[in-house]
Amino acid sequence: MAIKNILESVRQTLFEAMSRDERVMILGEDVGRHGGVFNATQGLYEAFGEDRVVDTPLAESSIVGIAIGAAVGGMLPIAEIQFADFIHPAVDQIINEAAKIRYRSNNDFGCPIVIRAPYGGGVHGGLYHSQCVEALFFGTPGLKIVAPATPADVKGLLTAAIEDPDPVIFLEHKASYRAIKGEYPEGDYYVPIGPADVKRVGGDVTVVSYGMTMHYALQASEELSKEEGIEVEVIDLRTLLPLDRRTIVESVKKTGKLLIVHEDNLTGGIGAEVAATVANEAFMYLDAPIRRLAALDVPSTPYHPVLEQAMLPNKAQVKEAILDLARY
Amino acid sequence: MYRTMLVARAFDERTSILFTQGKIPFTVTGHGHEGAQVAAAKCLVSGRDWVLPYYRDVGVVLTLGMTVRELMLAEFGKAADPNSGGRQMPKHWGARRLKIMTQSSPVATQLPHACGLAWAMRARKEPGVVWVSFGDGVASKGDFHEALNFAGIHKLPVVFFCENNYYAISVPFAKQSPVERVADRAAAYGMPGVSVDGNDVFEVYEATRRAVDRALAGEGPTLVEARTYRFGPHTSNDDDRRYRSREEVARWKEKDPIPRFAAYLKDVGLLDDQEDERLRAEIEREVREAAAWAESQPDPDPASVARYVYAEGGVGRGH
Repeated sequence: MAIKNILESVRQTLFEAMSRDERVMILGEDVGRHGGVFNATQGLYEAFGEDRVVDTPLAESSIVGIAIGAAVGGMLPIAEIQFADFIHPAVDQIINEAAKIRYRSNNDFGCPIVIRAPYGGGVHGGLYHSQCVEALFFGTPGLKIVAPATPADVKGLLTAAIEDPDPVIFLEHKASYRAIKGEYPEGDYYVPIGPADVKRVGGDVTVVSYGMTMHYALQASEELSKEEGIEVEVIDLRTLLPLDRRTIVESVKKTGKLLIVHEDNLTGGIGAEVAATVANEAFMYLDAPIRRLAALDVPSTPYHPVLEQAMLPNKAQVKEAILDLARY
Repeated sequence: MYRTMLVARAFDERTSILFTQGKIPFTVTGHGHEGAQVAAAKCLVSGRDWVLPYYRDVGVVLTLGMTVRELMLAEFGKAADPNSGGRQMPKHWGARRLKIMTQSSPVATQLPHACGLAWAMRARKEPGVVWVSFGDGVASKGDFHEALNFAGIHKLPVVFFCENNYYAISVPFAKQSPVERVADRAAAYGMPGVSVDGNDVFEVYEATRRAVDRALAGEGPTLVEARTYRFGPHTSNDDDRRYRSREEVARWKEKDPIPRFAAYLKDVGLLDDQEDERLRAEIEREVREAAAWAESQPDPDPASVARYVYAEGGVGRGH
């Protein structure tokens, strides 16, 4: 099995999907001749032509709006938002249009689009090239939100997103693009949207996370296993909406302790819903208060590395929080 | 055409009465726009062209094949409403069988959809055009600019049809636009902009016909502006006396497209007073009957409220 990083996995998955199905098209800023500012679409313009890899004007609302129209017209469009931070002009199209098309038409219409958006900090991107936007869309039934953390999950879930009959926001953590490498499954590989994945089995503490912080949790868990004999169960949500409540609850029933880690702000983040779910469905199994670790509630990620590090959660904090819970 | 205009007018008048009677909680009307709507829609081929009408376009959807009974189901929000099964406010159109794309309430969002549909038609080598309509208020929105810009760049087969009634709810056109005509804006998007008297069915038909032919010939999009007026308030919740004089409304009513077209038809011998009266009486009966029928139809099932948030069954592979 080939080893690829996240970015290579995105690119290869797009290539395979476009080769397989001529309805698949990509549109966005710089996705064509340039190959994307992160090179995620490199080579696709040459392989599939300008009618299937469409360089659009710098106008996010219409990137998504055109994708919606093309989807209704029979295509399977993948809209790229260059940075998740720039998705806001398209929010009307995403929340009022894409998410509601099936519901408002009583199932007469569907909206099979994918919106790819690189997100997350740790890349010196400052306030406007670092944002997490998942919480913004999390309260919008009709949308699906996917945030895979490994090259294999990227392939499986991006394939599933493209084939899904409903709109999917596909979040790719920028810091993981080159840093995270792993096996890239050859051939037809599919991971259903919805189920979380237990990335590490353990009986002492449950950690629920996704994206880059999921890797911090895995690293911290390995260290704690060796150093302290603490066995952590790490749940990678992978799909944020709809949320796989069952896998979370089952794990907490086993461990009795829950830490939620994400890079989005603490308040109103995905973790709040996870905590509420566990409080409702596994309260009697809890041996310690539910703990959340997230980015500070400041408007976005500041530029200077010192400030950036002070704002984002890191592996040491994850490790410490797990240890606290284990000893509770 | 004349009959459809009369049906659209009678329909709007009936729904206003139903609102006053407290039988429906809301309605929005388009009377005054019927000439523009029916003449433009006459240039389209139902089932071939994708159509994105907006919430005043009774005349458009009637021309494309939606029935008065179906329209009434939507007014009452009944389960069998083909547009949304009672989920949307009335006149938020959508019917795949007629290639009428489902619409929302925020204005202008449908214009980029028109571009996407046109892109898909071209990619899939399907014949036809995309026709999208909107009010003058839309010309202020970003999606208007983004869509016309994209359609112009790629010479997409789209007809942008503005029903300019000179008011975005209460804000007069002079406070929405620094240029006199919406059509003037077309120059910035590399497409022809045509402004016509929207109450003259011949002018509207000719301009739309030319725009459709141009699109079919692969020559790209056109912006057509039909200058018209809405005789009623913005919606049943609006009181237009707060922002426009009765004299102004009366002046526009003198240009009412229906008597104007009737006068022409009588002039050329295609219609006489007797036939006109018979037609109007017949339509009035049809609309009343449809209202009574729709009112008696089943309401949506409350148990269905959570359905179709996502596709049901077979989610994922091979939809």
